[in-house]
Amino acid sequence: MTKGTVSGVVSNMVTLRVDGPVQQGEICYIKTGGDRLMAEVIKVVGQDAYVQVFESTRGLKVGSEAEFTGHMLEIQLGPGMLSHNYDGLQNDLDKMEGVFLKRGEYTNPLDEERLWDFTPIVQLGDKVQESDWLGEVEENHQPLKIMAPFQLKGTATVKYIAPAGQYKIHDMIAMLETEQGEQIKVDMVQHWPVKFAMTNYTEKPRPFKLLETGVRTIDTFNPIVEGGTGFIPGPFGTGKTVLQHAISKQAEADIVIIAACGERANEVVEIFTEFPELIDPHTGRKLMERTIIIANTSNMPVAAREASVYTAMTMAEYYRSMGLRVLLMADSTSRWAQALREMSNRMEELPGPDAFPMDLGALISNFYGRAGYVYLRNGKVGSVTFLGTVSPAGGNLKEPVTENTKKVARCFYGLEQDRADKKRYPAVNPIDSYSKYLEYPEFAEYIKNHINDRWIPKVLALKTRMQRGKEIAEQINILGDDGVPVEYHVTFWKSEVIDFVILQQDAFDEIDAVTPLSRQEEILDLVTDICEHDFAFDNFLDVVDFFKKLINVCKQMNYSAYQSEQYNSYVQQIKDMIK
Amino acid sequence: MATAFQKVYTQISQITKATVSLKAKGVGYDELATINGKLAQVVKIMGDDVTLQVFEGTGGIPTNAEVVFLGKAPSLKVSDQLAGRFFNAYGAPIDGGPEIEGKEVEIGGPSVNPVRRKQPSELIATGIAGIDLNNTLVSGQKIPFFADPDQPFNEVMAMVAMRAKADKIILGGMGMTNDDYYFFRNTFAGAGALDRIISFINTTEDPAVERLLIPDMALTAAEYFAVEKNEKVLVLLTDMSSYADSLSIVSNRMDQIPSKDSMPGSLYSDLAKIYEKAVQFPESVGGGSITIIAVTTLSGGDITHAVPDNTGYITEGQLYLRRDSDVGKVIVDPFRSLSRLKQLVAGKKTRKDHSQVMNAAIRLYADAANAKTKLENGFDLTDYDNRCLDFAKDYAEHLLAIDVNLNTEEMLDVTWELFRKYYKIEEVNIKKEFTDIYWK
Repeated sequence: MTKGTVSGVVSNMVTLRVDGPVQQGEICYIKTGGDRLMAEVIKVVGQDAYVQVFESTRGLKVGSEAEFTGHMLEIQLGPGMLSHNYDGLQNDLDKMEGVFLKRGEYTNPLDEERLWDFTPIVQLGDKVQESDWLGEVEENHQPLKIMAPFQLKGTATVKYIAPAGQYKIHDMIAMLETEQGEQIKVDMVQHWPVKFAMTNYTEKPRPFKLLETGVRTIDTFNPIVEGGTGFIPGPFGTGKTVLQHAISKQAEADIVIIAACGERANEVVEIFTEFPELIDPHTGRKLMERTIIIANTSNMPVAAREASVYTAMTMAEYYRSMGLRVLLMADSTSRWAQALREMSNRMEELPGPDAFPMDLGALISNFYGRAGYVYLRNGKVGSVTFLGTVSPAGGNLKEPVTENTKKVARCFYGLEQDRADKKRYPAVNPIDSYSKYLEYPEFAEYIKNHINDRWIPKVLALKTRMQRGKEIAEQINILGDDGVPVEYHVTFWKSEVIDFVILQQDAFDEIDAVTPLSRQEEILDLVTDICEHDFAFDNFLDVVDFFKKLINVCKQMNYSAYQSEQYNSYVQQIKDMIK
Repeated sequence: MATAFQKVYTQISQITKATVSLKAKGVGYDELATINGKLAQVVKIMGDDVTLQVFEGTGGIPTNAEVVFLGKAPSLKVSDQLAGRFFNAYGAPIDGGPEIEGKEVEIGGPSVNPVRRKQPSELIATGIAGIDLNNTLVSGQKIPFFADPDQPFNEVMAMVAMRAKADKIILGGMGMTNDDYYFFRNTFAGAGALDRIISFINTTEDPAVERLLIPDMALTAAEYFAVEKNEKVLVLLTDMSSYADSLSIVSNRMDQIPSKDSMPGSLYSDLAKIYEKAVQFPESVGGGSITIIAVTTLSGGDITHAVPDNTGYITEGQLYLRRDSDVGKVIVDPFRSLSRLKQLVAGKKTRKDHSQVMNAAIRLYADAANAKTKLENGFDLTDYDNRCLDFAKDYAEHLLAIDVNLNTEEMLDVTWELFRKYYKIEEVNIKKEFTDIYWK
């Protein structure tokens, strides 16, 4: 293997003089005072390799030795990752000793001693290709597939497959023979370089299946789909993280991967603390069972922050190849972009807009492109749905990360300072936000078959009403309450009903926090009935009075358990009010 | 200063306003050195060329100055002797007292493993309703005041520090005026709290670059008391904008490409490394905590500037002060202030109606703001508008003003009283479960 010696240090960028070939992105370890620091090649000039170190470089001296590994940054994939907490480089945080993260401590992401109940899928003599399912183990009630090696080229024949029984991850569970006659031992562990997308599927069609999140402003107003992409930009304090946590708690997914990328440690602690207690509303099991957390918080090394989103995406793709529905959340992609900026700056590259590297747009679009709904070779389907948050500098959406993300993400949930100030949570702007999926005929067909064919027209009508309500509010602001016809007030207050009853939702109320689709359907019908009702009022004060009362009853309804006696009585009250 | 084994270099090849470069071997990154007695730190190594950042500036350094490398990063001696003392940015006493004896710890140490943290859950009572009611603070939290330089943030911060039940209060003063330094000293002494206080002070008279050491010094001391002594530590950092200014000076002198507002591209990470030292440890490691209350001064209230903007994304909320001309008092602005951790204690450690009452009051206060706009634009006000305006005045006077000192139960009762005085029950939009009890 190639060796190198340190010839320069600037913060976490180190220059190594190398004695042999190195590849772009190759991982090496630099020895300093008993520690081994992991680093990644980011530029090579002649005999000098520039590497970014994933740790603090304090005390590093010229002349220190480095060893190259011959491979890029890769992670291990296998059973035993669910419910675990990893750092951006897939070190198991729970296996680390002590209160503080020690420099140069790397832990095994998988448990090598644990026994798994294995059931074979293939038989002797079967022909398989890379990623084909050879067998199955169960982890936290999820059927996990043991697949043919991702690196397998061409077709291979199954020469041995382990019988049903208990095995450890490194036990041989199959022997494959390639067309060239090469024998390959297969265990349960795969390796994959995180920067490369997995393409082990036959087709990636336009996604069309509604992904239920229980958040009304998403499901009803701007739905996301299985395998879809979306992003949530917003100034600080507008509720990005609360919204993301709500989605990760409630979404109907098999696996949820949360990449806490350069954000607050206490937010990750909240997940550690709450998820083991909370129940998945769809299966009744503990939320933590289906969750993996990649925690690279803002105080952890910057270079690993960039790696963390790729690590998370690679895990998501791994589960997708097993035919599972994966939801991947990254909070926040801006911190990842900033990590790129810090490095680009240290390498003295010519900067693009706002000092970000020039290829930022390409990196973002490649990353979002890895999500998707796919058909696997065996006809099964799997999906990676990706939702990222963006933290725009100064809350200004005209900045490179937001603009580049907007080009690729299909759903836009813009959080608005003004709504947050007024405590209208979730602060998703109802007018600027969009879901492109509402326009997909495939999606309309799905909704027609699974909900009803009135749903989408009703949603679109309410959206128009929100727009109209906003226009009227502006007119009232200019002309005064008496300066506009009474009907204008009615129209405005109808838009307030939509806002208060559908869009606003109390994430901290046990019942209101999650609204199942059937309940959303009922609310949508009810609010549509209110909006389509012709009211007759003498003056605007009566309008305000009436609608405040109506909204109050609607809110009590939202706070009541679905179809409880209380709930039904509130529904009846509302119906009586619009008779 | 040099001992027998330390090599002395006397050939400086380059001097800029903040840095000195020379040829040297065997030097470690981040290592300290003295240049004719002035402290400096290694910021760049390229082969034999070593660049040092000189904290107090390079004025008076000759090309033949004696450079001695100390073989260690900046460090602080920690022990119980720190209590009650005042130090400069290097951790040397400035109060005339003796040197500290204790374990020498490198500052800016490693981060806490996130899985070894505990979710904060202990309320910090300040008596100020604008904080306790609307933006409840929790131990282990990090939160700044966003304030213009003329606002009384240091006074409010000192008041919060004195009322909070902390075992140690550590003050990190960066670019503090001498007057403010004495204000803190006198306040602490007057409250008889000096023995709980440790101060690291860089005043406007000291070199600006030295400030960069202050937060790490303060937090290294904080970690000692929180980890080794299991104490509840409150760290006050004022003013973080001065700290950021020093960062931009250094990065500029090192020819780095600036990003927004001339700040270095690494500003977010630099600030996060400081603020993320706030932590609540679980009982299994002693149950100590570090809470950080900081000040970020704004220029004309502009929060889109890179420093407050990045800070807002790192800290768990922010507190704004504002002079309310209707009541003639400084209030904690309920609209823009936010404590992200409040839901961990509101309604759990406080009365169950806390969250709903808080939200309803702020919503009504927002309605009052709308009514005010209408009034200013010359429109007629409705009866509801007028009631909102009256409510807003009472609310600002009796709850939002910083001179309020109540417990949370009293704060809630006062709010209910105001609701009943000005509104109909359906106008407050509160769950029936609570109106049944408190709407009397």
